[in-house]
Amino acid sequence: MFPSLRAASYILVHAPDMVIQNGTTQVVERIVNPESEYLKALPNHLRSYEEVVAYAPNQVYIGNLKPQALRELEEPWSNQPVASASPDGPMGHIFEERLLIGLIKVCDAFDLVILEENFVGEIQPELDKLQLPEKFKTLKPGAQLSRIMTEIDERHAEPLQAGGKVVGCVKRAHDIDPNLDSHVIMENLVVKATGVLAGLELLKKSDIDPLSIPYVIECSEEAAGDMNQRGGGNFAKAIAEIMGADNATGSDTRGFCAAPMHAIVKAAALVQAGVYDKVLVLAGGATAKLGMNGKDHVKKDLPVFEDVLGGFAVLITQNDGVHPILRTDLVGSHTVGTGSSPQAVMTSLISGPVDKAGMKISDVDVYSVEMQNPDITKPAGAGDVPNANYKMIAALAVMRKEIERSQINEFVEKHGLPGWAPTQGHIPSGVPYVGHALQSFLNGEIERAMIVGKGSLFLARMTNLFDGVSLIMEKNPGVAEEAGVSKDEIRKMLSEALRDFAASLGE
Amino acid sequence: MDLENQRRVKEITDEYGADNVVVVIGGGEAEAAGLAAETVTAGDPTYAGPLAGVSLGLRVYHAVEPQFKDEVDSDIYEEQIGMMEMVLDVDAIQEEMRSIREQYSNYND
Repeated sequence: MFPSLRAASYILVHAPDMVIQNGTTQVVERIVNPESEYLKALPNHLRSYEEVVAYAPNQVYIGNLKPQALRELEEPWSNQPVASASPDGPMGHIFEERLLIGLIKVCDAFDLVILEENFVGEIQPELDKLQLPEKFKTLKPGAQLSRIMTEIDERHAEPLQAGGKVVGCVKRAHDIDPNLDSHVIMENLVVKATGVLAGLELLKKSDIDPLSIPYVIECSEEAAGDMNQRGGGNFAKAIAEIMGADNATGSDTRGFCAAPMHAIVKAAALVQAGVYDKVLVLAGGATAKLGMNGKDHVKKDLPVFEDVLGGFAVLITQNDGVHPILRTDLVGSHTVGTGSSPQAVMTSLISGPVDKAGMKISDVDVYSVEMQNPDITKPAGAGDVPNANYKMIAALAVMRKEIERSQINEFVEKHGLPGWAPTQGHIPSGVPYVGHALQSFLNGEIERAMIVGKGSLFLARMTNLFDGVSLIMEKNPGVAEEAGVSKDEIRKMLSEALRDFAASLGE
Repeated sequence: MDLENQRRVKEITDEYGADNVVVVIGGGEAEAAGLAAETVTAGDPTYAGPLAGVSLGLRVYHAVEPQFKDEVDSDIYEEQIGMMEMVLDVDAIQEEMRSIREQYSNYND
């Protein structure tokens, strides 16, 4: 039977200090143009935690608003704060940078992170609110600020700042190896910590026992390793450990922005094949992409919208007769031979599964594509990304003579959604809608959705190929899979039948 | 335009000469296409890459402009770009490209 999509969670961490300190755009600017006007202006364009919470796309991300609610608001959405906003939503939570810094220390298995002694005392009560296993609950005593400053000034440590003040640092893990320098260790600890937040959020909101999870797939875009195995891994197991998933093993899946969909397809296959009864797919956020388009936002006198780290977690289980199913027989794949033109990409990802099912493009109620927030991308000259994707799907339907050209906008309105996801690489691609879809399936609002992940592989300079995977989700027809017992019974019946048959031959 | 692409455009121009180079842009937005076109004509407007302060003045067209479309096999064009032509704001892109060429390109053909 097809596996169920049991739960999904989404977290954001407001990280203004990391925008300045760790975002690639800012890091590069400090190297090539340290006195730049941009770096001077940037702090004036950073938002407060309250503004980030009240920002409508973020409220959609954690499930307090439906995506369609954004259609009612005039863009830019930064001018339309949500009066009823809350940092806690049915699908997730928006955390503060301070908590993340505390959790980075929790995630530090090699004593590479030093926190300032007073900060440890301040942040411990916040960490106590997370459902961390007992052995990870309590921070070790911190150090004096002078020692931290010595590490930063003399030993290449990366500062950890909250509210513009140094509250700790991340030391380098090797003198020579660039894969273990403090910048990379910091980046990877943030992936780990935000992955933990997403995982814990799923456990909490969906009442899942971490000990019941046998396998975890992590699908972000960073590489953990050293100079002998630069992308050796394994974020998945490192995250599972801090979540208290003691019975889990796991591995990392990489594929740029398409990785979450590759991971979901793999997870569904592992569950359907009976290898594991549950698989948790999750990803943490990317410090590198904080303030990525900051220059354009500052130039246009807008807030620097890329001020949050994103994370998500999705739990795939055996079919429970209730939660939506993942149609593993209706997967779309961008193959090596597909070609990289948008037309070829969309044909493989959209027409592929639709044709396999013998359906029309309009038989899918909702498509989830690259769900980037247009507030972020439009001022940067990249346009409204989801809208462009939906127009492409509609244009494909025109070329298949399923709709008229004049119906493109109507199609986009009916089968598309406005974008709300932060531009955190792997975070926007298809997966942000999975949680909303789950609710819409359970509420009987939709029958079928397609989740599409796309990725730009050329960035690694290994191939010019594009990439993408898609999958159809459907309402659960309502028949639950019976656990292993039924299979055993079938085996027993078969062996008894064979024995009887053999006996009859001997007669 | 990313720094690596700027480097490639510069190298190709150095090797073959500006007369023999045509840049075809595929950007989906008029503004982004215009910035790329400006980079290979007037120079990198962000002053970040190898084309900062380097005015190559190259011939530059977008894939949805007739100068390019009329040069290629119509069946292949339809197969590869027909769908995007339906989706993109072709008029805005053409206008932006024409404007950049008029201001910065050394060629009027």
